[in-house]
Amino acid sequence: MNHWPFIIAAYGIVIGGSVGLTAWAWTSMRAAERFADEVTRR
Amino acid sequence: MHAFANPVRFLKIARPATGWTLALAILLIGAGVVGGLFFTPRDYLQGESVRILYIHVPTAWLGMAGWGGIATASLMQLVWRHPLAAVAGRAIAPVGALFAFLCLATGSIWGRPTWGTWWEWDGRLTSMLILFFLYLGYIALASAERERGGEGRMAAIFGLVGAINLPIIHYSVLWWNTLHQGQSISIAGGSTIAPELLWPLPLTVFGFTFLFAAIVLMRMRAELARTRAENRLRRNAET
Repeated sequence: MNHWPFIIAAYGIVIGGSVGLTAWAWTSMRAAERFADEVTRR
Repeated sequence: MHAFANPVRFLKIARPATGWTLALAILLIGAGVVGGLFFTPRDYLQGESVRILYIHVPTAWLGMAGWGGIATASLMQLVWRHPLAAVAGRAIAPVGALFAFLCLATGSIWGRPTWGTWWEWDGRLTSMLILFFLYLGYIALASAERERGGEGRMAAIFGLVGAINLPIIHYSVLWWNTLHQGQSISIAGGSTIAPELLWPLPLTVFGFTFLFAAIVLMRMRAELARTRAENRLRRNAET
């Protein structure tokens, strides 16, 4: 049995999941901090 | 720990720490993944599929450590009423849930070529699946309490009670005759894995741990910013 498709799938899921969660956390943090700064400045 | 319970003091440390931990995570994960995929030999028994070890072990560790973090935050919230404890618990939960899911997924993918099956209802796999469901329950409970303006005490109790699953996961390979391999790496007792196969593992373990910390910091900063904006809007509406 060729193991490489399994290895690629495992690494793909982990890297995709990690990058997706990091990007989501980063964009929501930036948006929340920008909004809080705007509200404070008003 | 009490010194960091102040949100202003916490943010002073969290703002620069977010970037540094993220950069360190990318560096270590990159080195570990490249090393694990291209610079280690195949295992004499498992063949090439042993390379999944370098991402499966960190996800398993963080799936469990995440709940350890929730339990610690819950204890701090219930006993010392730390203002940041509930925020930390809510920030950790989705990240821990993702890593528990990734542990199950990579384990399943590893199991197919190694054991000849995607899934087996043995002690280790089942207790890890229960941990994933506990995360989902905590997330639902904590968000429902926050929406109703509660302090999150029910979620904190749930976080503490759920910690009982952690020793069950850890000792499952000793208590039951499982398909999952027994403990092969120990901080105190060394490792049964050959050093030429093992070296990328600390890189990915530390790398994913830094990534976990960076995401939790981002989520805590986001929640504190949202609370700051809500308080300001409420004050503006009152005046």
